[in-house]
Order: sequence, then C-alpha cells, then structure tokens
Amino acid sequence: MSALDPLRLTALEARRLLIEGEVSAAELTKVYLDQIERVEGDVHAYILVADDDAAKYATKIDSEMGAQRGALAGLPTAIKDNMVTEGTVTTCASKILAGYQPIYTATAVRKLFDDHVVMLGKTNLDEFAMGSSTENSSVAVTHNPWDLGTVPGGSSGGSAAAVAAGEALWALGSDTGGSIRQPAALCGIVGMKPTYGTVSRYGLIAFASSLDQIGPLARSVADCALLLQHIVGRDPRDSTSVELPAPVQVPTAESLEGLRLGIPREYLGSGVEQGVRDRFEATVALIEKLGGRCAETTLPHTEYALPAYYIIAPAEASANLARFDGVRYGYRAAGADDLIEMYERTRGEGFGAEVKRRIMIGTYALSSGYYDAYYGQAQKVRTLVRRDFASAFDQFDLLISPTSPTVAFPIGSRTADPLAMYMSDICTIPVNLAGLPAISIPCGLADGLPVGFQFMGPAFSENLILRAAHALERAIGFDTAPTFRAASEEAPS
Amino acid sequence: MSGWEPVIGLEVHVELATQTKMFCACTVSFGDPPNLHTCPVCLAHPGALPVVNQRAVEYAVRIALALGCTVRPRNVFHRKNYFYPDLPKAYQISQYDEPLAVDGAFDYWVGDERLSCRINRVHMEEDAAKLVHSGESGRIAGSDYSLVDFNRGGTPLIEIVTEPDIASPEAAREFLNQMRNLLVELGVSQCIMEEGQIRWDANISVRPAGSTTLGVRTELKNMNSFRFLQQALESEIPRQTAILEAGGTIDQETLHFDPETGTTSSLRSKEEAHDYRYFPEPDLVPLVMDPAFVEEIRAAQPELPAARIERFVRDYGLSRYDAFVLGAQGPLARFYEAAASGADPKLTANWTMGEYLAHINAAGLEPGHGHVTPARLAALVGLVVDGVISGSAAKQVFALMAEERAEPQEIVETHGLGQISDEGALDAVVARVVADNPAQADQFRAGKEQLLGYFVGLVMKATQGRANPKLANDLVRKALGK
Ligand SMILES: [Zn+2]
Repeated sequence: MSALDPLRLTALEARRLLIEGEVSAAELTKVYLDQIERVEGDVHAYILVADDDAAKYATKIDSEMGAQRGALAGLPTAIKDNMVTEGTVTTCASKILAGYQPIYTATAVRKLFDDHVVMLGKTNLDEFAMGSSTENSSVAVTHNPWDLGTVPGGSSGGSAAAVAAGEALWALGSDTGGSIRQPAALCGIVGMKPTYGTVSRYGLIAFASSLDQIGPLARSVADCALLLQHIVGRDPRDSTSVELPAPVQVPTAESLEGLRLGIPREYLGSGVEQGVRDRFEATVALIEKLGGRCAETTLPHTEYALPAYYIIAPAEASANLARFDGVRYGYRAAGADDLIEMYERTRGEGFGAEVKRRIMIGTYALSSGYYDAYYGQAQKVRTLVRRDFASAFDQFDLLISPTSPTVAFPIGSRTADPLAMYMSDICTIPVNLAGLPAISIPCGLADGLPVGFQFMGPAFSENLILRAAHALERAIGFDTAPTFRAASEEAPS
Repeated sequence: MSGWEPVIGLEVHVELATQTKMFCACTVSFGDPPNLHTCPVCLAHPGALPVVNQRAVEYAVRIALALGCTVRPRNVFHRKNYFYPDLPKAYQISQYDEPLAVDGAFDYWVGDERLSCRINRVHMEEDAAKLVHSGESGRIAGSDYSLVDFNRGGTPLIEIVTEPDIASPEAAREFLNQMRNLLVELGVSQCIMEEGQIRWDANISVRPAGSTTLGVRTELKNMNSFRFLQQALESEIPRQTAILEAGGTIDQETLHFDPETGTTSSLRSKEEAHDYRYFPEPDLVPLVMDPAFVEEIRAAQPELPAARIERFVRDYGLSRYDAFVLGAQGPLARFYEAAASGADPKLTANWTMGEYLAHINAAGLEPGHGHVTPARLAALVGLVVDGVISGSAAKQVFALMAEERAEPQEIVETHGLGQISDEGALDAVVARVVADNPAQADQFRAGKEQLLGYFVGLVMKATQGRANPKLANDLVRKALGK
C-alpha cells in the first residue's frame, strides 16, 4: 500500500489492486486526498475538494457494496466544474454561479456515479470554459505541476493539473476548441476529445453547443479508453447524442504496422516553437520505426478555422449564457431599481472580462445585417474544414500534429493579448469544427516542459486512435511524474 | 367605404393539448398551483437540453395537413433571443426560415359567402411562462414586484401565419371563429380563449379599392377576444383612412386596443424594436419528416368542418345556412347526424336547431350531453311524422324529455299526450261542441265557412290539443251537415 505513487499509478493498475483486494477504496482515496493536502496549495487544481464525502463514500464501497460494486468502484475521480452535480456546488468558475446547487447530475457524471467512482472534487477551469490557460477563473489561477510559474493550459486546466499532480487518478474535462487536449499536452498527460455526440452533453454547462464535448483526461491511453468506455452512449436527454457503432476497447496494440498517417503541413506553421517541432519530428521518426507510414498532406482551409471558430463559439455562447439573468438562480445584483438595471448589473458584475468579450462578439455576429457576413460565412468555412478532413481521410487512416504550438507558457504572459491566447488552440480547433475525435499524448519534454502529440481520426474512429496512441505511448515511455519546478527556478536550457 | 379597402392578415397562436411540454416531460396543465410542473429544462437550469415532443410534431402536422399545407421534408428549430423574465433561457425555441409547413389555404364562410385565405406557414415553438405583476395595473411598469409561474412555460405552441387575404373585420372574426372550430375538431387543442389557448396578432392596412399594392400596416398583438378584434379593426380602418386622405403616412407600429374607449393607441415603439438574432438551435438536430409518418397522419385525419358542411347540403338536402349551423362544430354535428340517421333529416334539422339548441344553451350543456340523446330526438320526430302526437304535443314531450330520463313514447303514454285519432272518441266531443253553440252552427250552415276553425279550435281545447286536427275537421263538417 505504501508503494502507491499517485504520480505514476494508472487507473487500470488501481482497478486491479482494488479487485484483487490489495488496496481498499478508502486507502486508495486517502492516497489522493493526502496528495491534494500536500500539493494543492501550489497547484490550485480544484474549486471544491469533497474530501469528507469522498472518504465516506470510499468506506461505503469497501464495507457495503460487496458484489454490487460497479466496474469503476473506488477509483478516485475529478470532475471539471462545468458539469452539474446534484447537491455539490457547481460554478463554472464564474461569480454568476457562485454557490449554485444543481438540482440534477450531468449524464456523463451520473454514469460514473453508477459505476461507483469516488468523486474527489470539482476542478478549476477558465470561466465557462472560455480560455486556454485557466487564468480566466473567478476562483483561482491553476499552476502547471511541471513548472509552477506556468499555466496548465485550458480550459480543463484544473482537471489536467489534478491528474498530472497526482491529485486525481483521472478526470473528466470538456473540449470545445482544444480544452481537453491542450491542457493534457501542457501537463504531460493524455486527453481525448471523442466524436461529437458520443458523450451526452446533458448537464454540461453549455459554452458552444455544436462544439462542446466531454472527454477523459488520464495518465495513460488505456486509462482514457477505460474512462471513455463508461461515459459514451446515446442519451435520450441529448438530441445530438449518438451511439458509437462499436464499443470502446481498452487498447493493447504495440505496433503501428501499415498505418497511414498524414501530417497536415498547415499545423506546422511558423507559430510552432522549435522545441515542439523537434519533439514532433523525433516522434514521427519513432512511428516510422514502429511500422507506421507518415507523409505530408494538406488541410487547405485551416487558416480560416480559427476565425470561424471565434464567430461560431461566441455566437452560440451569447445565447447559451443569456439564461444567467439573476431571475431564477445564481448571482443577482442587489439594489437595482428596475428589470433592465437588474439584468445589466447582474451580468456586468457576474461575468468576467473574457466571457463578456465573447458574449459581445457573438451578439454582434448574430445581429441583423451582420449575420450573413459573420455567422453565415463561418458556417460555410465549417463545411469546408469538414471537407478538408474528409478528403485527407481518403488517403490516410489518421492525421498527426503537435497538440499545441508551444509548451506551457508563463502565467500572465498572454492575458493582455487575447489573440495570442487564441493561437494556443490553432492545432486543436479544426477537429471541433468538424466534430471529429482526437487524442493528445505526451511525446517528451522541451525545456523541461511536456510536449503534446495529437492523433486525429474520422468520426467514430475512437478505437483506431486509441490503438495507435497506445502503441506510440509504449514506445515513447514518457515518465508522467511532473517536476513541480518552483515558479522562481530558471528553466534548464 | 369611400374608396378605401382594408387588408388584414393574422398570426394565430395555439397551445397544443399534449400531455407534456414541447421540450421536456413536464405535464401541460391549467390552474394548478404555480411552478408545480417544472424541471431543469423548462426552468433553463445550466446544462439542461431540449428534446422535441413527438406528439406535438404529430399535432402540428395534423394542423398543417388540415390547412392544405406542404409539410417540408426537413425543418429546423431556431433560437429567438430576447431577455424577459417569462423566458427562462432568454431565447424561445421557435422556427424561422425552415418551418414545419408552408403554402396552404383555409376556407371559411361569411354568411352564405365562401371565402378562402392563403396560409403562409405553420410552425412550432414553445410558450412563455406566466407573469403575475403586483399592483393595480397588472402590468410590469409600476409594479413593486412580479412573480413568474413556469407551469405554462414550454407548452407546445403552433403559429399559423396567413397571407393578407382578409378583407373585412367581420371576415377576420369569422376566420378565427371557424379556425378555432377546425382546431378543436382536429383534437389538437381545446382552444379555451379565456386560458389563452388560442390568441392572435392581427395586422391591418388600407389601400384604394381595387389596388393590388399593400399599404403600411399596423399590428394588434396578443388578442384573445373575437369581439375586441372586430372592434379594434373597425376603429383602425377609419383612423388609417383619415390619415391617408389627409395626405399623411401610416407609422408601422404595434397598437394597443382599449375596449373601454373602443379605440387603438400606440405602444411605445422603442420597447418593441427587437433584433431577435435568430440562429439555428444547436441543441436540436433538424427534424426530418418521414413521408410515411405524414401519410399516416393524413389517413387518420377526421372529417373537417368545411367538408362536413358540404356533405350536409348534399346528403341531407339542408340549406347552406342550416348545414353551417349544424356542421360547423363537431359535437353538434355528431349529435345531428346520429339523430338524422333514425328520422327525417330535414325535420330533425329543424328540431336540432330549434328546441334542442335552445335547450342546451339554456341548460349550459355541451351538445350530446343531457337526457336528450340523438335516439330520443329521432324517436320524437318519428312520433310526429307517424301522427302519434301533434306538433304542439311534441313540444311538450320535448320539454319533459329534457327534464327526465325517459323515452318520448313513455312520456306520451304517462302524460296522455297521444293524438286522439279514434273517430268514436272524437264524435262525442264534436257533438257536444256543436250542441253548445247553436247560433254559430246555424251561421256555418248558412255559409259562414270561416267558423270551421272556431269549432275545430273548441275540439282541440276540449281534448287539450290531442285531437287529430284532420279528423277533427272532417267530423265537424260531418256534424254540421256539410
Ligand atoms: Zn419541464
């Protein structure tokens, strides 16, 4: 039991230990609560740690459930705080939802609860998942466990940092433009965005409905597969949800023999740091050694994907976030004299700067007289991006790229420049526009910070992606234990 | 009308009588305690998503088909964005440029004239919640606080938009009245106007008679009274005409009708100037209409009032007016048809429109309710036709039938209302009447034929109206030697 290292333990291994009785759910949960106790003051991965509830529930699993245990019983899990959990405050890291007690539980979370995972707490995020650094949180800034002076990425930065720092065995995140993959990349863990619709969005507080997708963040590809296996499925409460054509398999493949992998040249533009480029090229060489065949390809409309995304996502957000009006729940500004003033002050005081910026962009893009030029055009670009992928997948089984053009950047370095921040997601956004699955796995370090490697596949190719990523992960042999470099330390060059 | 003619168009909103709301499983109800029927979806809690009510789609298709519309193979929901406390998501899920159905027509009558109004579109949306404002005015301005009852929020709502084909306030009223009958007949809504289950916006403009261009229109919003609609339109025509005749222009604006003064006034137009920022609802997939589903609904459509009225004229030989009175509404039509299947259709029509309608109106009954069943009315008509009772006795039988649960034959017997057609029984009465009036008898014999009625009347009086009038006639003549 004392041998359990939360910085290296995988969920598959933890499950084996639990099933074979080598560790109890209570003991396992304590490992993570102790680690939270130890590092959370530096990392700030959580908005809420449910330590008492988690410990109690783990004890209940050990003492009462016996043969009734679910498939994931006792596995300590973190949930991004944009998924509603009945009875546990859910805030989306926004002042406008401070203290909000949901009256139901999100389907994906409900499924995990039905499998008896232990929820450790709710993780930090950019407010309403709008951001790429978790700095846009009204609660705290999350720090990257590899270098506490840098950001963990975002918006699922809390979930990624929690897993990387050993504060959770694994976690749920959500990905609208890269919000699972980019923080996974920056924190040196694995993160997967499934095909749009495979995981129910019911109970995921909407940012951009046509792009949002819940997915797993974990210490290994196999763990991601295991977690994904238990959250997928058509949900009658989500009209956009679909059933995967085949069940998710936990991968065991070790070869990439015969796999045709395309490298879209647009993803290796000038914004990609040299360190990232080097790690990516080394990984491509490794893939070739494993029998994969890599070749350059093109996704010609990539340059329009980012601007299209920054029309569509804010447009949908402007409507999705309109319900936070101070009437029924959440924050309401005091002392307003009439309805309009109540609306204006509630929303003015309740939302942070980035959320307001996107609401305004979205409102403008949908306005009469501008709709065709902005929203209409963006939807056309979306169709073109989709076609780009479709024709690439005529020639290739999967596409590969860096996940993020840079490694983790210093806290505060991009907050004054929204456009620089938006560039963080240049390699991840097109997949969301096309509704496709993708995974990020760590492929080494640059300047002591993790570099992410992305596989992208056709719709419903989750199993193929997982097999390829698993084989590559084995060959890379990345050590997921972060360095917890203090903020003041100089990066080794 | 001094060379100007009105042009009227309508947007009719109908709450569907489905069991559950448009996008969640909450019960559709009326009159329950506030906020009883709510859930994360219709309260717009974070993360909740809409799911389309299939029954509502079915009802909407029924309406579309009844109006002769083309049901579009693929239709899309849009978000209509605006802030108001009765709209919890701050957008209404509605339809915009890809509605359920388009291009239909509705036929209706004004008096004996059959008119047709083109239907532009039929689309689906959800109703808002109900606001209750504190204070006297009942309006939000000036109230200390307002309460929201979300029971109604999310009720399935159908919007029917006409082309501006309606040429008079009276026609607008008839259109709505008959549209309401149609919707009730389709079983898609009870259309209770006091509950707001059917309500409408009307737009009106005037133009020189015979012109084919449209003038600038004004709008009357959210009305649910036929009478007020007609009054409002009637007051709007001379107002617009006067402005145009004086060389002025009409402002396109929304008007408020004040029933107290019978006039319209302008609502502040700033509050009405909305940019709804419509865009496709990303939480719902486009609704693809399976042609088999549409055809199944078409096959199961009930007979509609217009067709039924035609059939009453054709099959029962009724006048158009009678056919309209009896055929416009399902319950009365069904009562009449059931009765007419057992008796002379024309006489049955007279009895249904006369005694029967007067009775149910006075008693506050729905057609088909109460003691007077179609079979009993048919039996009563049969007794008259067969000469068992006289017409006046039949009215007494009807009155008794309305009060007690009994067959007309029984009533005739227990109340002794049968017609006396037995010569022997009447002879004695006639003889006594003649003997009691010797002077008049002499005058008759002398040629004063008009006195026949006098004697027959006396016979009827002596028999409490039960004497067979024809037999009484014959016997009086015989007794007086003529
Ligand atoms: Zn509901």
